[in-house]
Amino acid sequence: MSDSTAIAQTPHGTHEHPPYQRHHFESMDQQVDATGFAMWLFLLTEIMFFGGLFTAYLIYRNWYFPAFVAGSHQLNIFWGSLNTLVLISSSFTMAMGVWCAEMRKQGALVLCLVLTFILGIGFLGIKTIEYKEKFEKHHVPGLHFSVKSFVDPASDPDIAQYHDKPLRLDMARHTELYFFLYFAMTGMHALHMIIGIGILGFMIFRARAGAYTTGHITFVENFGLYWHFVDIIWIFLFPLLYLISRHG
Amino acid sequence: MSEHQEQHEHHEPDNRDVHDTDFHVVSPVTYIIVFSVLLVLTGVTVLASLFDLNAWNPIIALFIACVKATTVVLFFMHVKYSSRLTKLTVGAGLFTFLILIGMTMSDYFTRAWGRW
Repeated sequence: MSDSTAIAQTPHGTHEHPPYQRHHFESMDQQVDATGFAMWLFLLTEIMFFGGLFTAYLIYRNWYFPAFVAGSHQLNIFWGSLNTLVLISSSFTMAMGVWCAEMRKQGALVLCLVLTFILGIGFLGIKTIEYKEKFEKHHVPGLHFSVKSFVDPASDPDIAQYHDKPLRLDMARHTELYFFLYFAMTGMHALHMIIGIGILGFMIFRARAGAYTTGHITFVENFGLYWHFVDIIWIFLFPLLYLISRHG
Repeated sequence: MSEHQEQHEHHEPDNRDVHDTDFHVVSPVTYIIVFSVLLVLTGVTVLASLFDLNAWNPIIALFIACVKATTVVLFFMHVKYSSRLTKLTVGAGLFTFLILIGMTMSDYFTRAWGRW
C-alpha cells in the first residue's frame, strides 16, 4: 500500500504512468486484470477448502441421518435467518462501497465500509449467542459432550415442537459428529469474518485519508470479492445446517 | 499493438481515469434489485422449510441457495461484466468443485447398491 503513494516523477523508460501502477505492468488495464485474476485464484482455493467440509458434512449426514436430524433440531432457525439477513445486508453495503469508490465519493465510501463493519460485528454477536447455548447444553464436541437431549428428547423443552423420538445410544453419540462439523464449518466461516472485519477496520482508516477515491480501487474491489465469497459460504451453510433436516 | 499506438497510449495525460476503458460500473439500482432478490429468496427458503416435502426439502433449499450464490457472483462480484479470463476462472473453480462433490458422492452413495 505504501508504495502506491510514491512519487512517479522519476524517469523510467520513455513513459509516464499513474503513481499506483507497478513497474512490472505494461498498463493499468493489465495490472487490474492480473490482480483480479489472482484474487479469483485465491477464492478458488477457498472454494475447495470449504468444499471439503461440505462434502464431509453430506457424507456423514447420509450415514448417520437420524443423528444429524436430531442435532439440526438444536439450532435456532430464528437466529440463523436473522444472521442470513445481516450478512446479505453487509454484502449489499460492501457492493455499494465499491460503487462509491468507483464514483470517488469519499464520505459515502467511509459510511458503506462502517456499515459493513457494524453488520459483520452483528453477525458474530448473534453467532456468539448461538455458541453460548451450545456450551450451556454441553453440545460442544470433546467438552463433556452430553447426549441427553437425543436419548431423552422429552427432557429438552427447546425441541418439544419437533416431537423427536429417542435415539438409541449408538446413534445418539453420532450427534457429536454433527456438532463437530457444525463448529468446524461455522467456526471457519466466523474466522473468515473476523479476518474480513480486521481488514475493514484498516480500510476505514485508509478511506478516511482518501486512499480509495483517487481512481485506484483495486484494494476495495478485491476485498469486496472476499466479503461476497464469505457471504456465499453462509448462503450454503444456512440451509444445510439449519433448514434441510427440520422434518427428517 | 503497433509501436506507434503504444507510444500514443503512454503519452496520454497522467490523470486520466484508468478505469474508463475497461471498467464497467454497476449502478446502485442493480445492487438494490439484487439485494431485494436475495432477501425474498431467503424468505422463500425459510418458508419452504416449514412444510414437510420429504426428499424435496433439501433439493428446494439447495436449489434456492445455488440461485442466491449465482446472483451474488454475477452482480455483487461483477462476473457478468468481467473479462473472459475471470469467467473462465470462476467456471474452472466450479467445475473442479463439482468433481470433488460429484465423484465422492457417487462413490459413497453407491457402495451399498444391490446389497439390500
